[in-house]
Amino acid sequence: MNGEAGAIAAAFSGSLGTFSLDVAFEAPMRGVTALFGPSGSGKTTILRCMAGLHKLAGRLSVGGEIWQDDAAGIFRKAHQRPIGYVFQEASLFPHLSVRKNLLYGARRAAKQGAEELIREDEIVSLLGIGHLLGRAPLALSGGERQRVAVGRALLSQPRLLLMDEPLSALDRMAKDEILPYFEALHRHLSIPIVYVSHDIAEVERLADTLVLLERGRVLAAGPLFELEADPGLPLLRAPEAAVTLEGRIASIDEAYALTAVSVAGGMLVVPGIQGRLGDARRLRITAADVSFSLSPPGDTTILNCLPARILSITGQTDGEPQVTVVAGLGADGAGARIVARITRKSLEALALAQGSQVFAQIKSVALLASGA
Amino acid sequence: MPDIAELWSPIRLTLELATIATVLLLAIGTPIAWWLARSPATWKEAVAAVIAMPLVLPPTVLGFYLLIALGPNGPGGWVAGLYGARTLAFTFEGLVIGSVLFSMPFVVQPIRNAFEAIGERPLEVAATLRASPWDRFWTVAVPLARPGFITGAVLGFAHTVGEFGVVLMIGGNIPGETKVLSIAIFDYVETLQWSKAHILAGGMLVFSFCVILAMMLLEKRIGRPGA
Repeated sequence: MNGEAGAIAAAFSGSLGTFSLDVAFEAPMRGVTALFGPSGSGKTTILRCMAGLHKLAGRLSVGGEIWQDDAAGIFRKAHQRPIGYVFQEASLFPHLSVRKNLLYGARRAAKQGAEELIREDEIVSLLGIGHLLGRAPLALSGGERQRVAVGRALLSQPRLLLMDEPLSALDRMAKDEILPYFEALHRHLSIPIVYVSHDIAEVERLADTLVLLERGRVLAAGPLFELEADPGLPLLRAPEAAVTLEGRIASIDEAYALTAVSVAGGMLVVPGIQGRLGDARRLRITAADVSFSLSPPGDTTILNCLPARILSITGQTDGEPQVTVVAGLGADGAGARIVARITRKSLEALALAQGSQVFAQIKSVALLASGA
Repeated sequence: MPDIAELWSPIRLTLELATIATVLLLAIGTPIAWWLARSPATWKEAVAAVIAMPLVLPPTVLGFYLLIALGPNGPGGWVAGLYGARTLAFTFEGLVIGSVLFSMPFVVQPIRNAFEAIGERPLEVAATLRASPWDRFWTVAVPLARPGFITGAVLGFAHTVGEFGVVLMIGGNIPGETKVLSIAIFDYVETLQWSKAHILAGGMLVFSFCVILAMMLLEKRIGRPGA
């Protein structure tokens, strides 16, 4: 784990009615940390405690600054913490115009002597809200309102951005409209973000670090791609198990309109011209799309066929039709991890075991987003 | 032709009384309404009930107790003694105190309702945007509760203008000091000066209509979001 100076270290415990919470985790001071779990797992409570909107026993330090420490009697109130908080509903002030909403936190931050690291014009163009500034919040669509709310939070010059399921109140179309803006924020701003979600698709697109929660306890915390391929965690057991991989565009085939993205331990081809050489990209491979063969396949329409080594096999019990296999890319298996769901029959027919050298055939690689 | 000065005196007095009372009502009623809307204390409803008492109490009952409280042997008399007077009863100051107590529920209730309707969320949002509790109150709670303030102010003003029973008990009928409109009209009717009663009553009718209409138009204009 990182030293506390470069990290967010949180520990909270207490009970609210019948629900009891007891969590401790560390997250890096950069990128997006997702608090992920089913509803009732305590995600929002943790976020509210981090914001100072709710008080439970515990300790919280952010980048070396102590915001709460019961032992030392420290508890900074919400308005004394340099945070930005985006609620589920945009909660714009109805009596102020969009521009005045944006500047509400900015003015107070300036008065308190906060350095202006995030400028209004930058945020306005990043979030595409320039044409809305003079309007009243009630005249905006749901997606527009949530973008303004994000901009308002950022302009208060936070050291930490907290987002509580900011997309859950939006319909599919509004979500698709807003996600690219979030990804742009992720790329352009260096503020750490703690993002609460129960939607694995959002987590896969945005998160770098994952804190996995269940009934008020932390199941695991760590880099997203590690937890996704951890045989001990529920993510891998889920029917829609998948891994995300970070890579950079290594070559572009203009004639066939294909883009090759280099990831740790191999090269993956995705359809379409997906950017320029060197651009960072995030890819997603579902377990159902991966199959193995012992020799390099000859004639096949599958473009992505990489050497890999099997790292673990789970679910190998009598009566179960399928097993879940985690493999590492590269002949030595040291590259990025992928997961595969194959039949127990195939596993036994090919005599696959931990350490087996295989060729992973990946039927489809989805481009998720432009990674960090 | 009735004497203009004689008619004008109760009108001026009433407007003065209602204006001062309304300002005091807002100044005192707002923190009470805020506390009633936001405090988790269970006994706050007992306080709310005490404030609401004038709604059901006959004005003469309230007036009677006020007369005792403001009189030479009550706390009002003690206060009056501080500046060399004998009593607060039958004085303009006494009328102000009585009016404030009598009209309090009409001001506190709409403001409390408006504060409650805002909910926790906008204030939490403001807190995460670095606004202190005082700052949040003035820049979020008060503007969002504006309809409640307007309703409270209009009701408080109107009830002060129209009050008769309490005023009669504690104010009596001293021209220029406690003889307000409602008392003056009663007086003119008693003494069969119908034309003077007509002028004052008719004036009240027009005035009331104008105030209510102006408030409604004002509310409609400033109530528009983003204005």
